[in-house]
Amino acid sequence: MIETVAHPRALVPAVVRFGVDLADLWFGVVFAFLAVFLFLDGWDFGVGAIFATRESDHEREQCLAAIGPFWDGNEVWLVVFGGALFAAFPPAYAALFSRHYLLLFGVLGALVLRGLAPEFYEQREDATWKRWWGRAFVVGSVGAPFLLGVFAGNWLLGATGVPLASVVVGLAVVALNVAAGAAFLRLKTTGPLAEAMPRYGTRAAAAYLALVVVALGLLALRHGLLDALLAIPSLALVVTSVVLCACYVVALRDDRRYLALGAAGGTTGALVALVGVLLYPAVDPRTGLTVEQAIVGSPAVELLTVAAALLLPLVATYFAVVYSVFSGPIEVEEAY
Amino acid sequence: MVDPVTASRLQFALTTIVHIVFPVMSMGLAPFLVYFTWKEVRTGAALYERLRRFWTKIFAVSFAVGTVTGLVLEFEFGTNFAAFSTAAGELFGGPLAAEGMMAFFLEATFLGIFVFGRERVSDRLYFLSSVLVGLGTWLSAVWILIANSWMQTPRGFEMATKNGHPVVLLTDPIAAYANPRFPWMFVHMQNAAVLTVSLFMVGVAAYHVYRRRHLGVVDGGNFDGRFWRATLKVAVVGLVITAPFQVVHGDAYGRHVAETQPQKFAAMEAVWETDSYVPEYIVAFPTSVEDLTDPRAKELFGIGIPGGASWLASGGDASAEITGLNEFEGSPPVAIVFWSFRAMVAMGFWFVLLAFWAAYRWYSGELYEDRLLQKALMASGLLGFLGVELGWIVTEVGRQPWVIQGVMKTTAGVSPGLTGTEATLTLAGFAVGYLALLSVYAYVVGRIVRRGPSGERPDYDDLPEEPDGARVLTGVSGDD
Repeated sequence: MIETVAHPRALVPAVVRFGVDLADLWFGVVFAFLAVFLFLDGWDFGVGAIFATRESDHEREQCLAAIGPFWDGNEVWLVVFGGALFAAFPPAYAALFSRHYLLLFGVLGALVLRGLAPEFYEQREDATWKRWWGRAFVVGSVGAPFLLGVFAGNWLLGATGVPLASVVVGLAVVALNVAAGAAFLRLKTTGPLAEAMPRYGTRAAAAYLALVVVALGLLALRHGLLDALLAIPSLALVVTSVVLCACYVVALRDDRRYLALGAAGGTTGALVALVGVLLYPAVDPRTGLTVEQAIVGSPAVELLTVAAALLLPLVATYFAVVYSVFSGPIEVEEAY
Repeated sequence: MVDPVTASRLQFALTTIVHIVFPVMSMGLAPFLVYFTWKEVRTGAALYERLRRFWTKIFAVSFAVGTVTGLVLEFEFGTNFAAFSTAAGELFGGPLAAEGMMAFFLEATFLGIFVFGRERVSDRLYFLSSVLVGLGTWLSAVWILIANSWMQTPRGFEMATKNGHPVVLLTDPIAAYANPRFPWMFVHMQNAAVLTVSLFMVGVAAYHVYRRRHLGVVDGGNFDGRFWRATLKVAVVGLVITAPFQVVHGDAYGRHVAETQPQKFAAMEAVWETDSYVPEYIVAFPTSVEDLTDPRAKELFGIGIPGGASWLASGGDASAEITGLNEFEGSPPVAIVFWSFRAMVAMGFWFVLLAFWAAYRWYSGELYEDRLLQKALMASGLLGFLGVELGWIVTEVGRQPWVIQGVMKTTAGVSPGLTGTEATLTLAGFAVGYLALLSVYAYVVGRIVRRGPSGERPDYDDLPEEPDGARVLTGVSGDD
C-alpha cells in the first residue's frame, strides 16, 4: 500500500485518548460485537438445528416459544457488527464485503428464512404449511452460522475461494451453536425436550473440539500459521477453549444450567478472539490494511467512541430487562 | 448478463422498494399502538385490549420482515457499493452504527415484552414497552434519514486521498448531520408513514363494516362490529390530521428542493432550458415517438398551467427563473421522476379529499352508512404505500447521476471487483425471492385482516354506547 498524502489530515496520526489507541479499541469492539452475536443469536441458531431433530409438534412449539421474545434483539448484534465495521474501518468493510459477495448474500438469504419462518409458522394450523416453514427455519438456522463461519475463516486467511479450513471453521461454528442452543433449551423448556439436552450438548461439544483441532491443523500446516498459533495469546485461547468445553459438559451433566450456558458463551468468545488475535494488526490481510490505516480519522472516531460508551450500557440494560422478564422456562402459550 | 453497475443500481432500487413497506408499517402503527395500550391500561376496556392485540400481530410480522430486509441494505453498501463505502464511510458509517446501537436494540428488545409479555409485566412497564418500541422505530428513521439527507445536501466535510483512494473527511459533525435536508425529509417521511397506516386501517375497517352492513355477510357468527367501527374512527382521526399536513408540507419541501437540488427539481418539472414563466405541466410527452425511451427527450408536448412551476418553486412569483437540466452535468431519467412526482402529488390531494369526506360523514352521523365513501376507503387502503414508493423514487432517482450530490457519481461508487455474473445472479435471486417474500407477507397480513380479532367477542358492557346512536351489538339485532 502506497500512502498518497493530499491533505495534512489524511495521514492520520494514531488517535489516543485516556491512554487507549482508538484504532485498537475499535478493532476489539468490532470483534466483541461479532462474539456477542455468535453467542446470543448462536443459541437461536442452535435451537433451530435441534428443532429439526424433534418430531412432536409440541416440542417444536416449545423450541419456537423459547426463542420467541429474544431472537430479534439478538440478531441486532449482527447489524451493529456490520455498522461498527463500516463506521470504524470503512475501507476494510468495503474490501471484505465486496470480496465475499455471494457468500454474504448466502448469509442474508439464510437469515431471511430464519427470521420469517417462526413468524409465519404460527399463522396457520395446516400440516403442509408448518412443514415447509419448519424446513425454512432449519435451513436458515444451520445455513447462517455455517456461512458466517466460512466468512470468518476467509477473512482470517485473506482467501478468495472457499478453502477447506474455512469450511471446517463453518462446521465448527454450527457445532458450537448447537451446544449453546442445547444449554439454552435446558434452561428455557421443560419435559422430554429439556431432558434430552445434555445428550445433545455433550455430542455437540465433542464435535466442536474435533472440528477445531482439524481447523487448527489446517491453519498451521496449509496456511503457514504455525508460529502465530504457538504464540502465547493464541495458545492461551486454545487452551481456554478446551477447558471451557470440558466445563460445559460437566455443567450440563450436573444440571448447572447457567454455568453450562456461560461456558458455551466463553467458548464462543475464545473462538472469535482467536480470529482477532491472529489477524491483528491487519484488519484485512488480503489488502494488507492495518488498523491504523483503515481507522476513520478524528473527529469521527471520537464521536463513535462517545456514542458507543453512552449507548452500550443502555443496551445492556435493555437485555437485562428482557431476559429477567422472561426468566425461567417459557411455556407454549398464545403469543398475541 | 447485466453489467455490474446497472445490476447493482437495479438491485439496490429493488431491495429498498421492498424494504420500505415494512418500516412504514411499523413506524405508522407505532402511535396507534401506544394509544391503544394507553387506553387499555387506563380503562381496562376489552375493546382496547382487542385493538392492541390485533394490530400488534401485524406490527410483529412487519417488524420481522423489516429486520431481515434492512440487514440486506446495510450489507449492500459493502457488497455492491464498496467504492462509495470506502469514500464516504467516515460520514456515512457512523449514522448506521448509531441506528443499530440507539434505535434498533430498543425496538427489538422491548418488542419481545410488548408481544409476549402482557401477563409477565406490570401495566406500567407494559405501557413503557409500547412507547419504547415506537420510539425505537422513529429513532431508526432519524439516523437513516440523517445518512440519506447528507447524500442529498452534503455539508461539513473535506475531500482528501487516503491509502490511494479519494475519501470524505468529516470536519464539522453538526453541519454534516444537521444538514439542511434532514428536517424536511424526516417530517415528510414520518407523516407519510402515519398517513399510510391510517389509510390501511381505514380501508380494512371499511371493508368489514361494508360487508356486514350493506351485504349482510355473517361469517362465523363472531363478527365484531364494535371493534371495526372503533378502528374506522381512530383511523379517520389519523387521516384527518396527516393528509392535509402532508400536502402543505410537501409544497414547502418542493421549494426547498428547488433551492438545494436544482437538478432534481428540473427533472421533477421536466425543464430543459433555463427559463422564467415555466409552466406546471399536468402531463407531458415527447413529440417524436423515437424519444419515448430517451430520458433526454427535449421536444415535449405538454398541457400545463402557465407560470405554474415558477410560481411553485419561488413561492408565488410566476416569473421566477428555473435552471434547466442543460446547465448540469448528466441528468436523471426525467420521465420516471416527472411522472412519479405527479402521481404522488395527485394521490396527496385525493387523500385530503377522502379525509374531509370521511370527517363530514362522521359529523353528519352517516360514517357507517355512506356506501360510496366506504368503497373509496377500501380502494385507497394500499395507496399510501404507493405514495411512499413514488416519493422515494422522486428522491433517489431524481438525484442521479449523483450518489453524493455534486461529490461522487453513482457509477463511481460501485465495487470495483464485482463481476456482471455475480451481480446478475443476486439481482435475479432478489427479484424471485422478494416477490415470494412480498406474496407471503401479503397473504399472511391479508389473512389476519380477513379473520379479524381472535378470541371470543366480549360484551363491551364496560364501555358507554357510541354517541352517534349506532346500537351496540347484542347478537340479536340485525344491525351487526
